[in-house]
Amino acid sequence: MSTPHAAAPTDDRAGRPDGPHVMTTASPKVAIILGVVTLLLAAVVAFGSQTGDTTFRLSTRRDLAQLPDVTVPANATAWVAIVLMALATAEAVRRYLARTKVPLWLPAAYGVVAMIGFLAWAAAGATLPVIGLLAGALALAVPLVFGALGGVLGERVGVVNIAIDGQLLAGAFAAALVGSLLGSAWAGLIGAMLAGALVGLVLGVFAISYFVDQVIVGVVLNVLIIGLTSFMFSQVLAPNAATLNSPPRLGPVSVPLLGEIPVIGPILFRQSVVVYLLYVAVAVVTWSLYRTRWGLRVRAVGEHPQAADTVGINVLRTRYRTLLIAGATAGAGGAFYTLVSVSQFNREMTGGAGYIALAAVIFGKWDPIRATLAALLFGFASNLQGVLSVIGSPVPSEFMLMLPYVVTVFAVAGLVGRSRPPAAVGTPYRKG
Amino acid sequence: MQLALREVTKRFGSLVANDRISLTVEGGEIHCLLGENGAGKSTLMNVLYGLYRADEGQIVLDGEVQSFTGPGDAIAAGIGMVHQHFMLVPVFTVAENVMLGNEETGFAGSLDLEAARERVREISARFGFHVDPDAVVGDLPVGVQQRVEIIKVLSRDAKVLVFDEPTAVLTPQETDELMEIMRELRRSGAAIVFITHKLREVREVADRITVIRRGQVVGEAEPSASNAELAAMMVGRPVELTVSKKEPELGAASLVVEGLTVVDPAGLVQVDDISFEVRDGEILAVAGVQGNGQTELTEALLGLQHHVLGSIRLDGRELVGRKVRDVLDAGVGFVPEDRQVDGLVGSFTIAENLMLDRSFGAPFVRAGSLQLSALQEFAEEKLAQYDVRAPGITTPAGNLSGGNQQKVVVARELSRELRLLVAAQPTRGVDVGSIEFIHSQIVATRDAGVPVIVVSTELDEVVALADRIMVLYRGRVVGIVPADTPRQVLGLMMTGEPPTGDVA
Repeated sequence: MSTPHAAAPTDDRAGRPDGPHVMTTASPKVAIILGVVTLLLAAVVAFGSQTGDTTFRLSTRRDLAQLPDVTVPANATAWVAIVLMALATAEAVRRYLARTKVPLWLPAAYGVVAMIGFLAWAAAGATLPVIGLLAGALALAVPLVFGALGGVLGERVGVVNIAIDGQLLAGAFAAALVGSLLGSAWAGLIGAMLAGALVGLVLGVFAISYFVDQVIVGVVLNVLIIGLTSFMFSQVLAPNAATLNSPPRLGPVSVPLLGEIPVIGPILFRQSVVVYLLYVAVAVVTWSLYRTRWGLRVRAVGEHPQAADTVGINVLRTRYRTLLIAGATAGAGGAFYTLVSVSQFNREMTGGAGYIALAAVIFGKWDPIRATLAALLFGFASNLQGVLSVIGSPVPSEFMLMLPYVVTVFAVAGLVGRSRPPAAVGTPYRKG
Repeated sequence: MQLALREVTKRFGSLVANDRISLTVEGGEIHCLLGENGAGKSTLMNVLYGLYRADEGQIVLDGEVQSFTGPGDAIAAGIGMVHQHFMLVPVFTVAENVMLGNEETGFAGSLDLEAARERVREISARFGFHVDPDAVVGDLPVGVQQRVEIIKVLSRDAKVLVFDEPTAVLTPQETDELMEIMRELRRSGAAIVFITHKLREVREVADRITVIRRGQVVGEAEPSASNAELAAMMVGRPVELTVSKKEPELGAASLVVEGLTVVDPAGLVQVDDISFEVRDGEILAVAGVQGNGQTELTEALLGLQHHVLGSIRLDGRELVGRKVRDVLDAGVGFVPEDRQVDGLVGSFTIAENLMLDRSFGAPFVRAGSLQLSALQEFAEEKLAQYDVRAPGITTPAGNLSGGNQQKVVVARELSRELRLLVAAQPTRGVDVGSIEFIHSQIVATRDAGVPVIVVSTELDEVVALADRIMVLYRGRVVGIVPADTPRQVLGLMMTGEPPTGDVA
């Protein structure tokens, strides 16, 4: 006679005799995703059986302390990983049936095991430079992290920042131009931040003052900046490449002491100055957002602008100011392309990284630290593709090119769990 | 501190929301601003608070003319406001909300949370509040949230306090406590402006009463004035405050609800194992403070909730698990609690709104085409029958006043063959004249032999309409009692206290 209309919830009323109690309506999402990935990997390994051993190289030749290489049999390692993955999946299913939450460490550990198994199989008969893979992942993630920080700031104050890609591209362009003109990479970096802030300002004028739909303005800005920079590139930069498009490079600088730590040192502390700037930016943004008056007001404006207004906070000014800072942050990320990666600007050189940064913002639940970790994950996926095609793995490079985006979709759809954006994001503030 | 408003006028386009309003409030007195919804009380207070700029007139504090460009100026001048819709950030803690805009900072703009916590504790102790400075505001009951609003205002040393409809969300007991707090504030010398449309409260605490109607001051009244006098001033004509209805002619128990449980998407149990029945020709009024499961209960009856356990049987047929359209076809009429969100499409015409739930076939749709002439005829008939004051049936519903919008919703729901009427907050934000009309329509439906469920947070409305009263608290039934149960008992039941003695 009673018709359970949904997955039958359990009741944990026990221990809380009074007051509203909670029923957990657990989701099978995690269990399903883990299961599908396990089956996929098993199918790949079963049908594309590899022979030989895989060597994981854990140190570079420059290291003081040389760690020995680790060599494992390719197929066997992959199968061990698959068994472990199946066990993790079983645990996720068990927890779903018992209506308890799947703790975050489970999919995280699963991911690491899956990655080791996949790498052991894909790099069979070759040597995999683990340090290079991770250091390269960090380098590729730098613009993503800067972009994600810009995205977090924008959304926390209530403005959807789709224009991250435009800010990155404008930053890359300005860094190349200003850096070449003044012959200083630092000047280029400042130019990039100004360019990013300018894009933020334009976004602000339309989104804050003229109530235009923020997503539309952002997308239009991105397309506009692609057109503008491509036009400038072909008409101005390319014909005068020597004077206008050859900025000085900010090469890697090894931090004394820290750079000598095995594994961690070469990954984190033998990078460009821009990467060190990134560490500072993540720390400063996190601290400011949660621990300062400025951050409290930014968050209040993004959550409940009217409440902020009624205690005398100028909502519009706060939004403009934060958008400028967000734009400058993303712009600095753009400088990485032309001052660190390659020493010149090229058409559409961000390749849509801004959208991936936006995905990192959502994956990271609008939190600067988590968004940074998400961006690093995406960076890893891109770099994996490059490394595997260099060592000649059987996986087609087209498939590997797809990988970062597959990871993005999976990450955003499946593993984030319930994430709640700032309440007022996307809504322009109008006074009565 | 003395506050004086002189000839304040505020226009929105052609609408004059405040028309040369003058009033003065002295320190140590409670001045009531009485008026119907839409009379212009809140607009006036928003002018005072710097949220709106007056088109004409002056705000004078202790003889000095003020010119506020925003709430910041008003706060600095010593004006504090407890808003009707709390101006609190739900994801912030109490201390963070209290300090927002008034932060004490340390090194490089870092927040001094400890100072804010101390401030909350100190003010709480002074007024006997029990508020944890580290509690997240969104988790607190509304009554406590309101205290956070009061603490916020007091922490800025306000001398003039404005309470905008503060009792709308409170239980009768919490209302009494608020009155006590207001008296305490009066003793400490604050000037208090108390905005309300509830007559009982006005007479209880006011030192002076100013009545506002359609943006104008229509007069001052003494706290000793009777309810009828105050209501007549507020509405502009004598008002029937009670609903006339005859004894119910009870039929079979057509609606039987057993063990109904509703779980929201976050897993919280909003309706907790409730059972009741409603007989033909009977009005069951559901009382309770807002947010105690009423919304979820009505939505579950309509099939709008997803996680529903238990059973709802209408004329012996099970409704749980059925699609909304099946429920409508079973003869359930529904007046939703928020007409602008769930009841109407604001940009549609009155006529289109009148056929919203009948787009599946005759008489308004044939072979996929709208039957415009049938619709026009029907709409014009309903417009006249339900006394909807509108230029015509092609007027967009969004342009109507609250009362007329609600009449359109009621007209639509009652124009079908009904086997059950569920009316949630049928007169919220509706002018007194329309309230009388809507109440009489609900009573007429009951007299036609239909079981009726009325959900209301206004105890007056519950008592006026009910044949029996069911009180909900935290999603559970506290008790089902006869309509003549004393208010005091009902008030206690709304706080979760079961009734003592004989109950029906």
